[in-house]
Amino acid sequence: MTIGLSHYLAVAAILFTIGVFGIFVNRKNIIVILMSIELILLAVNINLVAFSVYLGNVTGQIFAMFVLTVAAAEAAVGLAILVTFFRNRGDISVDDASMMKG
Amino acid sequence: MALQAIAFYLMAAVTLAAGFAVVSSRNPVHSVLFLILAFFSAAGLFVLMGAEFLAMLLIVVYVGAVAVLFLFVVMMLDVDFAALRQGFARYLPLAGGIGVLLALEMVFVSSTVATRGAAHLNHTPQASGAEDVTNAEAIGRVLYTDYIYFFQAAGLVLLVAMIGAIVLTLRHKPGVRRQLVADQVLRTPKTGMRVVSLKPGEGVGE
Repeated sequence: MTIGLSHYLAVAAILFTIGVFGIFVNRKNIIVILMSIELILLAVNINLVAFSVYLGNVTGQIFAMFVLTVAAAEAAVGLAILVTFFRNRGDISVDDASMMKG
Repeated sequence: MALQAIAFYLMAAVTLAAGFAVVSSRNPVHSVLFLILAFFSAAGLFVLMGAEFLAMLLIVVYVGAVAVLFLFVVMMLDVDFAALRQGFARYLPLAGGIGVLLALEMVFVSSTVATRGAAHLNHTPQASGAEDVTNAEAIGRVLYTDYIYFFQAAGLVLLVAMIGAIVLTLRHKPGVRRQLVADQVLRTPKTGMRVVSLKPGEGVGE
């Protein structure tokens, strides 16, 4: 049997769902939440590359590159905020992150 | 073709298993290592599709930078990770139900799109637009012409993220004496020296 577009899309869909599941199930551990976001962005990248390849248009891969850029920036800033939060509070529990009372 | 199917199923299974291990393992260090495994096998899927450049980019950027950053932070923070997992069993049924529902919906939608949508005529992957052009060259031809402003904007995003991360984590400890160049430059003869009148035969007395 040949591997077609729908196989890759199914993999991306399941990976996306694992990411969402991880956010729900690890509600207190913000490090695992950030890693789940990375998984979700990886699933989006798989979708973009699959469509790009099967449509014969390279634009999707370029968009995947931009998604990669934004994901790297997001991880850097998120982890920096996490380190600052840990310095101020001494732990990283998400439930207590209501100091600013927005 | 059979070899391609075997490679696809192997790498897809490893990707999904590693992804599940990321969200369910007890030790966050193990989570980061499984994240690296998931990125590696996803890069294998990219190679299988014919997007070699993006596969290498995924390894360099994610495994080389982002995952190592995660590893540094996880090992640097002294956190009781067992306490952070308290709600795991409580949220498991809800999250599992939502997850299965979401996965089924998206698989149905994506298989419908794949069989009837825009790409249903192309059953074989086409690595890049032209036949005699490699994947990296095809990306470069489009990226540096049509998308040059977006490329520059991506560079700006990275610059702003770098400045933001440095500003957030840089701190000055109290009690550490630092060189203040501005204060040194702003010294005038008036603040830097004083004229003392002395009687002959007596010292300054200090």
